[in-house]
Amino acid sequence: MSHRTGLEVSHAAAEAVKLAHVDVVAAYPITPNTHVPERIAEMVANGELDAEFIPVESEHSAMSACVGSSATGARTFTATSGQGLELMHEVLTVASSMRLPIVLSLANRALSSPLSVWGDHSDVMAIRDCGWIQVFAENGQQTFDLLLWAFRVGEDPRVSFPVIVNFDGFHVTHVIEPVFIADQEEVDRYLPPFKPNAVLDPRRPVTMGAYGPPFIYSETKKAQDFALHKSKEVMLQGFAEFEKIFGRKYNFVETYKAEGAKVLLMVIGSFAETAMDLVDKLREKGEAVGLVRIRLWRPFPQEELRQAVRGAETLIVLDRAMCFGTLAPVVSEIKAALYPEEKRPKIVSFVGGLGGRDIRLEEFEYMVRRGSELAQKGQEEIYETIGIR
Amino acid sequence: MEKFSIYAPRLINPEENIAPGHRACIGCGEVLAVRYALKAMGPNVIAANATGCMEIISSCLPTTSWKIPWIHVLFENASAVISGVEAARKALTRKGKVPPGRVYCLAMGGDGATSDIGLQSLSGALERGHDFTYICFDNEAYMNTGVQRSSSTPYGASTTTAPPGKVSIGQWSQKKNMAAIAAAHNIPYVATACSSYPFDLMAKVKKAAEVKGPAYVHVLSVCPTGWRHGTDTTIQMGRLAVESGVFPLYEVENGKYKLTFDFPKLRPVKPYLKLQGRFRHLKDEEIEKIQKQVDKEWLKLKSLVAMSMEKKPVAVPAAIESKGQGAGSKGQKAKSKAKKAKPARRPGKKPKKVSRRGKK
Amino acid sequence: MADGPLTWKNFIGGFVVDKPGNAAEYQTGGWRSQKPVWDNTKCIKCGVCYIYCPEPCIRQTAEGYFESDLFYCKGCGICARECWTNAIKMVQEEEV
Ligand SMILES: Cc1ncc(C[n+]2csc(CCOP(=O)(O)OP(=O)(O)O)c2C)c(N)n1
Ligand code: SF4
Ligand SMILES: [Mg+2]
Repeated sequence: MSHRTGLEVSHAAAEAVKLAHVDVVAAYPITPNTHVPERIAEMVANGELDAEFIPVESEHSAMSACVGSSATGARTFTATSGQGLELMHEVLTVASSMRLPIVLSLANRALSSPLSVWGDHSDVMAIRDCGWIQVFAENGQQTFDLLLWAFRVGEDPRVSFPVIVNFDGFHVTHVIEPVFIADQEEVDRYLPPFKPNAVLDPRRPVTMGAYGPPFIYSETKKAQDFALHKSKEVMLQGFAEFEKIFGRKYNFVETYKAEGAKVLLMVIGSFAETAMDLVDKLREKGEAVGLVRIRLWRPFPQEELRQAVRGAETLIVLDRAMCFGTLAPVVSEIKAALYPEEKRPKIVSFVGGLGGRDIRLEEFEYMVRRGSELAQKGQEEIYETIGIR
Repeated sequence: MEKFSIYAPRLINPEENIAPGHRACIGCGEVLAVRYALKAMGPNVIAANATGCMEIISSCLPTTSWKIPWIHVLFENASAVISGVEAARKALTRKGKVPPGRVYCLAMGGDGATSDIGLQSLSGALERGHDFTYICFDNEAYMNTGVQRSSSTPYGASTTTAPPGKVSIGQWSQKKNMAAIAAAHNIPYVATACSSYPFDLMAKVKKAAEVKGPAYVHVLSVCPTGWRHGTDTTIQMGRLAVESGVFPLYEVENGKYKLTFDFPKLRPVKPYLKLQGRFRHLKDEEIEKIQKQVDKEWLKLKSLVAMSMEKKPVAVPAAIESKGQGAGSKGQKAKSKAKKAKPARRPGKKPKKVSRRGKK
Repeated sequence: MADGPLTWKNFIGGFVVDKPGNAAEYQTGGWRSQKPVWDNTKCIKCGVCYIYCPEPCIRQTAEGYFESDLFYCKGCGICARECWTNAIKMVQEEEV
């Protein structure tokens, strides 16, 4: 049986990596992810984890080493944040095109400049289209669980894609929380050994990373996109099996007190926890307000999202990143997903929680009030930045 | 010229691990060097290749020229990729997931991939001590993208980004000494080789592969397209580069320099330069300048070789030998302590390391 | 790539090529304007032409002489220049 213990979430992430019997970890320190690789290095140094830890000289090399390792058939993990992810960017697209199921825990961090080590979603939003499966964890337990799920789903031969597990920098990474740490036996039941189709091995030589001239490049991208969409079936199986063994339930889009809600808040990441408190408060007052949390970010669960918001009159979407010169990333995704609907809710966009700024309960309440007002006036095209001076 | 027995070509490993049908230019010395390197490595190898000529000419989907397991990821990261391969092999072997035994790990890239954009990842991999061989196939420019300058382009050469003009002679900087940079990592084996000296090249690559830990081989790879000479003179051009001292062949084994071919008198550089279009614009005084630079570098190399052969023991105080690796003021302290520590040594006994050095 | 037509459905995951050396199906001989011709009376069967061939497309015949596989030979002329005994001549394609 799993046991419940209080520990820093970064260390819970390291526990998941250890229980997954990872073979190779290549990582470079950057706040606020640093505690994950540090803890893993310690486990390796103490012989608690039989793995190779490569203390690379940059994140570009971290991801490159992960590509080499995964292509050789090893279960491979890395962790990063903010600037580190951006430095990896070039290699991320290669990892997904080569279908290498590397798992990356991303402690979400703002992007320079000005330099900020604190949390928001600018880092992941800048690489959202790089072909990786991307999920969001909102707390320590979810981080632990989704990392195990990431190995299982990513390595499934029907999927074979790398996975990013997002968890908010500081707001989640550095918090000490009670987490159910699974037993080795349970994890082994959930996570079969990694058996890739093709690996770098002199016994059966293959070429990986051949180049694609115009007569064949489009076909490679079509194949890749099709496979990513199709992997959703296996992801759901991964959740179902997880629930069976560990008793915790996950879905692509999760709702909280959304039944019959006229106004729906929509949040991605750890701020969902504050939003839940607000929903509790407003529901107690008899207001028809609910919450939708986006768990799976790529491939984007368009159909599941449409179902989750059906019947609502107003959607209030919070983004923790900007897309300079156009709509914020989550709201633009939502608008695109709902466009084919005959009866669409009004959609109001808020941006907040940038560079580690907190969003308090009162501010969530303001969003609901102000959002409803804008929607009523038909002024929902305007977006507001929460708490801006 | 390399002195091999006239029938030696028939004795080499007949296996070809890069297949014909590749798209290298006519008379390409770089692909020839790759061919030799693969012969030396044999089939028991995994290779990571940087973006560049050798990658593009060999791997057009859905085909490959490679008969060994081969991966291309990006331009600047072959060393990091091979670090991952090597670590994975280590872990998988230890856990019994692959059969035991050593598989050679090979990373290769052009001079751009090595001495410019990939220098950081190479330095990282050398410093961490991965068990791999890095081969730089140096054709002295970014040839794949159309002959742009690199830091390995020699002084005076014409390239598309350092063209000669009214106020420029072309490449204004001296060729970066990559082998010395590799050697500065204190790795067990560094060598230079050339596509015109197949037996030497193969012997060095074999040595590099067999050494435990990182090894670096820098191969001058003649490129008729970028150097602008006849496709049939590829071998001749490499020979002239070596025999004129423009590109000396040597090894650095555990820090000791050894010349592969010592010439009592170097050929002049002029005939070498005159045969190539990339140097055609050079006037005599510039050629003279290049000659002086080559002579200077040759002497520098000879003195490194002489120092490596030095019989005289170098006295190293005992305390420094045992602990004195600290930097800055700590190191200074160690030194002053060392002086005091001297009398503590048992009389009549030389410090171990010193006597061993003396014997060699 | 799996056997069959070049469609998006026919890739091996990650666009892996699992047929080592299959680029050998590509003909490079068409690039050639000159081809090497051996005078076997001069050939001492040393194989220097074979060792310096960048393709490589020079092979030894049953009698121990050497010949170039014209499917691949790009006509660089290295073999002719390097031959110890000048046994190889480069001749214009159309002359023969
Ligand atoms: C990040 C990045 N920058 C630039 C390029 C373009 N590029 C591809 S190969 C190359 C030059 C390769 O030169 P070198 O490493 O010397 O190899 P060669 O082609 O000369 O054998 C360049 C500039 C690239 N592929 N990736
Ligand atoms: S450009 Fe030079 S190195 Fe590149 S394939 Fe052509 S001859 Fe070889
Ligand atoms: Mg080059």
